[in-house]
Amino acid sequence: MDVLQLAISGLANGCVYGLIALGFVLIYKATEAVNFAQGDFMMLGAFITLGLTNAEFMGLPFWIAVPIAIAIMAAFGYLLDMLVLRRMFGQSQIAVVMLTIALGFVLRFVAGTIWGHEPKSLESPIAGLDVRFGGLVLGLDEISVIIVTVLLTIVLYLYFNRTKLGIAMQAASQNQLAAYYMGIPVKRVHSMIWALAGAVAAIAGVLFASKGSIDPSTGLLGIKAFAAAVIGGFGSLPGALLGGVIVGLIEPFASYYIAAGYSQVMPYLLLFLILVFRPHGILAQIHRKKV
Amino acid sequence: MTAPARMSEPMPQGGEPLLAVKNLESYYGPIMAIRGVSLEVRQGQIVTVLGANGAGKTTLLKTISGVMNPQKGQVLYAGGDIAGWEPDHVVRTGIVHVPEGREVFPLLTVEENLRMGAFVRNDREGVRRDEEMVYSYFPILAERRRQAAGTMSGGQQQMLAIGRGLMAKPKLMLLDEPSLGLSPLLVKEIFAIIRRLNREQGVTMMLVEQNARVALEVADYGYVMELGRIVMDDTAPRLLMSKDVQEFYLGVQEQTQRGQKRWKQRKTWR
Repeated sequence: MDVLQLAISGLANGCVYGLIALGFVLIYKATEAVNFAQGDFMMLGAFITLGLTNAEFMGLPFWIAVPIAIAIMAAFGYLLDMLVLRRMFGQSQIAVVMLTIALGFVLRFVAGTIWGHEPKSLESPIAGLDVRFGGLVLGLDEISVIIVTVLLTIVLYLYFNRTKLGIAMQAASQNQLAAYYMGIPVKRVHSMIWALAGAVAAIAGVLFASKGSIDPSTGLLGIKAFAAAVIGGFGSLPGALLGGVIVGLIEPFASYYIAAGYSQVMPYLLLFLILVFRPHGILAQIHRKKV
Repeated sequence: MTAPARMSEPMPQGGEPLLAVKNLESYYGPIMAIRGVSLEVRQGQIVTVLGANGAGKTTLLKTISGVMNPQKGQVLYAGGDIAGWEPDHVVRTGIVHVPEGREVFPLLTVEENLRMGAFVRNDREGVRRDEEMVYSYFPILAERRRQAAGTMSGGQQQMLAIGRGLMAKPKLMLLDEPSLGLSPLLVKEIFAIIRRLNREQGVTMMLVEQNARVALEVADYGYVMELGRIVMDDTAPRLLMSKDVQEFYLGVQEQTQRGQKRWKQRKTWR
C-alpha cells in the first residue's frame, strides 16, 4: 500500500512537472527559444489565482478565479511575445534566453512585492480532502491533479491534430518559411503559442498550489521541469509529460529508500544518464530533411 | 547571325497582364539583389525567368509573394499595388509561392500538408473538391495520404509542394526551381503536369528555372536575368533559337571550321 501511495503522490508531482515541461517544449518547438521563465509563469499563475480567490485579497469564488487567472496568463504570454520578443527577431538565441532568465527574476520580485515572500496557501476546494479507496487514503488534490492533467493532455492532443489552427501551429514550427508561403500568419501563431504556454502554466500553478503552499521562488522548480523535458526528448510534447512523470515518480521513491541528501540528486542523475546514453531523450522526434 | 535582344517589342498572345512588376529593387542586407526589374505576366500564360545562381530570381519571387519587402518599385496585381504586403495577405489575393527545395511540413501527413495549403480558405466543400483534384493530378499523393511528408522521396515532395500550392486556389502560381535535384525523367513528368495545370485549371504560372531547356519548352514567354537585371526577353520559341541563350543557358557551343570551341562569345546585351 505504501508503494501505491508513494506512486500516486509522485505521479501528481510529476504531472505538474510535465505541464511545465510542456510549456518549455511548446515554445521551443515553435520559436526555437527556451523560455527559462516557464516555472515562474506557473508561480505567477498560482499567485494570480490566489490573489483573486483568497479571502485576504479579492475573495472571488474559486471556480471564477481559475478561468480569469488562465485568461490573464494567456494574455500575458501573448503580449510578451507581441510587444517584446517579436522585436528581438533576428537577434541570437542567447539574447532571448537571457531575456527570459531576467524575466524570471522580475516575476519573482513582482510576485513577492504584491503577495509577500512568505509561503501562502491557495484556498482551493480540493485542498486537504481525502478520498478513501478500500484501505487506501488518497488526497483529493493529488487525484485531481492527475485527472486534470490527463484531460488537458487529451484536449491538447485533439487541438494539435484535429483543428486547422492546431495543425497550422505544428506546420509553423516544422517549417516556418513554408508556413509563410501558405499564408499562415506565423507571427500571430507564435504569440498564440506563448499564450497557450501561459495558460498551461496557470493550470499547472493552480494544481501545484492546491497540493501545498507556494511562495515567489516556487517557480525555481522549473529547473526540475526543464530536466524532465530533456529526459523526455526536448521537442516532443508526449515526451515532456512522460519526462515529468518519470522525475515525479523517482523523487518519492528515492527519498523513501535512499538516504536524505542523496535522494534529491536522483532526478539529475537520471538526466545525466539519459544525456550520456540517449542524448535526444526518450521520445526523440528527429527527422532529417531529404535532399 | 545572333538575334538581338528584344527589349521593347510588344508581347505577342496571352490575355490581360495579371501581374506587372515595375522597377523593383530588393536588398539582402546591404546587397542589392534585384536592381530595377520590370516584367509582365499575362493571364493564362506560363512565363519563365531564366538565369544562373545568384541572378536574383528567387529574390524576385520572394518580393512578389511578400516574404521580402522591396525598397523601390511596384508589384501591380489585379489592378492594385501589392508591393510590401504581408505574405498571408498576398496568398489571399490568389498568388501562391511554391518555394525552392520543396519545403514541405516534414512531420505532417500528405493530407495535412494539403490542408495547410488551403489555410487561407474557408469553403470546406471547395477545399475537399480541390484535394481530390490534386490527387487526380498526382495519384502517388493519394496513395500516401497518411504518410509523413518528410519520409517521401524528393520527387514526391516536389509534387506535394505543387499540390499544396494548388490548394490555395491560386490565380498565379510562382514556381521556384521545380526541377532542382530531380532525375531527368521526373523533371519531364513534373513539367508535363505543370503544363496540364496551366491549360486545364487555368493557373497562370511564373516559373523560375536554371534548367533553361525544359522551362522554355513549356513556357509561352521568357525573361533572362543576370546580376539582378532583366537582360533579355522574348517569346519562348524565339529565346530557344537565340544564339545567346543557346550559348550561355542551353550549353550549345558553336563549332568553328576547325571544330574547336570559339574562345569567346560576346553577349549581345553587354
